[in-house]
Amino acid sequence: MGLLSKKDAALIKDPLLDNNPITIQVLGICSALAITAELKASIVMAISVMFVLGLGNVVISLMRNIIPSKIRIIVQLIVVATLVIIVDLVLKAFAYELSKTLSVFVGLIITNCIIMGRFEAFALGNGPWRSFLDGIGNSVGYGVILIIVGFFRELLGSGTLLGFKVLGDPIEKTGLYAIGYENNGFMLLSPMALIVVGIIIWIQRTKNKSLIEEH
Amino acid sequence: MSLKQNLHNLKEKYKGTKMAPAFNAIHTFLYLPNEVTHGGTHIKAADDLKRTMNTVIMSLIPVLIFGMFNAGYQHYAAIDPSLRTDVLANFFTWDNLWIGIIKVLPLVIVSYGVGLAVEFVFAVIKGHEVEEGYLVTGMLVPLIVPVDTPLWMLAVAVIFGVVIGKEVFGGTGMNILNPALTIRAFLFFAYPTWMSGDKVWVHDAVNRAGTADAISGETILGSYAQNQEVIYSNWDKFMGFIPGSVGETSTLLILLGAAFLIFTKIGSWRIILSTFIGAAVMGLIFNAVVDASIITESSKFYGLMNTVWWEHLMIGGLAFGAVYMATDPVTASQTNKGKWIYGFLIGFISIMIRVFNPAYPEGVFLAILLMNVFAPTIDHYVVQGNVKRRLKRAKVKTA
Repeated sequence: MGLLSKKDAALIKDPLLDNNPITIQVLGICSALAITAELKASIVMAISVMFVLGLGNVVISLMRNIIPSKIRIIVQLIVVATLVIIVDLVLKAFAYELSKTLSVFVGLIITNCIIMGRFEAFALGNGPWRSFLDGIGNSVGYGVILIIVGFFRELLGSGTLLGFKVLGDPIEKTGLYAIGYENNGFMLLSPMALIVVGIIIWIQRTKNKSLIEEH
Repeated sequence: MSLKQNLHNLKEKYKGTKMAPAFNAIHTFLYLPNEVTHGGTHIKAADDLKRTMNTVIMSLIPVLIFGMFNAGYQHYAAIDPSLRTDVLANFFTWDNLWIGIIKVLPLVIVSYGVGLAVEFVFAVIKGHEVEEGYLVTGMLVPLIVPVDTPLWMLAVAVIFGVVIGKEVFGGTGMNILNPALTIRAFLFFAYPTWMSGDKVWVHDAVNRAGTADAISGETILGSYAQNQEVIYSNWDKFMGFIPGSVGETSTLLILLGAAFLIFTKIGSWRIILSTFIGAAVMGLIFNAVVDASIITESSKFYGLMNTVWWEHLMIGGLAFGAVYMATDPVTASQTNKGKWIYGFLIGFISIMIRVFNPAYPEGVFLAILLMNVFAPTIDHYVVQGNVKRRLKRAKVKTA
């Protein structure tokens, strides 16, 4: 990347794989389990978190020298809350059906551990540009996992992708359903999301042995 | 050259290569290996893992054969109810067995084929020996599913159960949950239309639904849950001439299997007995609730609550779960006191779920899985209690 120095590029690249917020730091699991039954919801959630985390990191980074450290958590919360409400209102205005699917989980971005974690760990000690890159990197790392999980859960659970019936029609018995295939209802339940995330973690650590913790 | 020698030579040839565990397993499965222990002290015992597993399989064979006959009998009796008037004459017939052969044997073959394939793949990748653990699981799985379960569903569930239920924890002996019940739970949550309702329990009832030839596949629990009368006598319930999963129906044969397991000291009589006690206690509580008129006939729980407590022990999968599932030595409690608590709670919770779960009036597998999770906790407190008691005694003496 010519645009970014090597150090800056690492801010984007690290959270994608070796320091992924979900599979390595195990943060933001609640939303990964709750809203990934559909791919569309996963994508919207990923974009929302990217908006909140990217912008939030910049704001906190700009204010980092004037926030008294005793009340920094409150300040951080106010910044997140403001951004989340913007996302929520935009969704309600332009994608009402989707905002109903995501329901309370857009609001709960406030409590997403990844966001407070990045504010605390990075934005409070770095400049706005680097904080911005860090926010984008982490939210993409989060989004990638969400989209992978959403892809498999929607494909195997409902037989659709983004609402398109890619495997045929279960009622008309076309496509795969004609030969007796059935949707896996377990995929739509949250425990299966946990298992899918677990399998991703398993594959990742098998590929990169240095990630396996000593115990 | 004998087959044994051939296998031994094959094994020697592949020694140290990646495929070694697979050849070792085939050899060990069929024969006693040629190797003997060298040097040092060693214990000589007749019961290794292979023999333990084979004992359990032997105790399951009568249940399997009965299940094959019953699959056919329930099918024909649902078409022609007059067959039920003389059960013994109409039960052990070739027609019944034939249905069993074409419906139940494929379940057994798929269960073993897929499960052992997964075991072999994992053994080769991870470089350890193939373990015997799946031999029993593979036999249990076909016995706890409805007779019409599509084979591909069973295959998917077996892969899931063996990989997620057992291999990720480190293979046989390391699993938290009973693999056979993990497979059953996966099937139940993934494909509920094939695992519950009033059609799946009798062969062909699903295909005939809505036609002039429609037959009922309702289980006794299903009828009770809807406050309906059942046509089966207590004799039928005890002997197992009732619809249900393949191997769960015959309480008599399951109890004979239990006697065999207890006699060979493979199964824990504490767990079996305490499970039945727990179920009886919960049944008695529900009976008392009905007697005290707290619940009336208008309640949707009335049918199952009003079922006499000893009848609860014969119907559904309670006996099978108590004898073959709860006693799994890996996932059960290890301490003797813990086994009593563990078994009691399984029986207690089974009947509770059975009565309060209107969509699926059976809860044995859920209760056992739940207690599997708590088994180490129970053991922990039993051990800690013992430590405390002995410390107290020690202090009194020194003082």
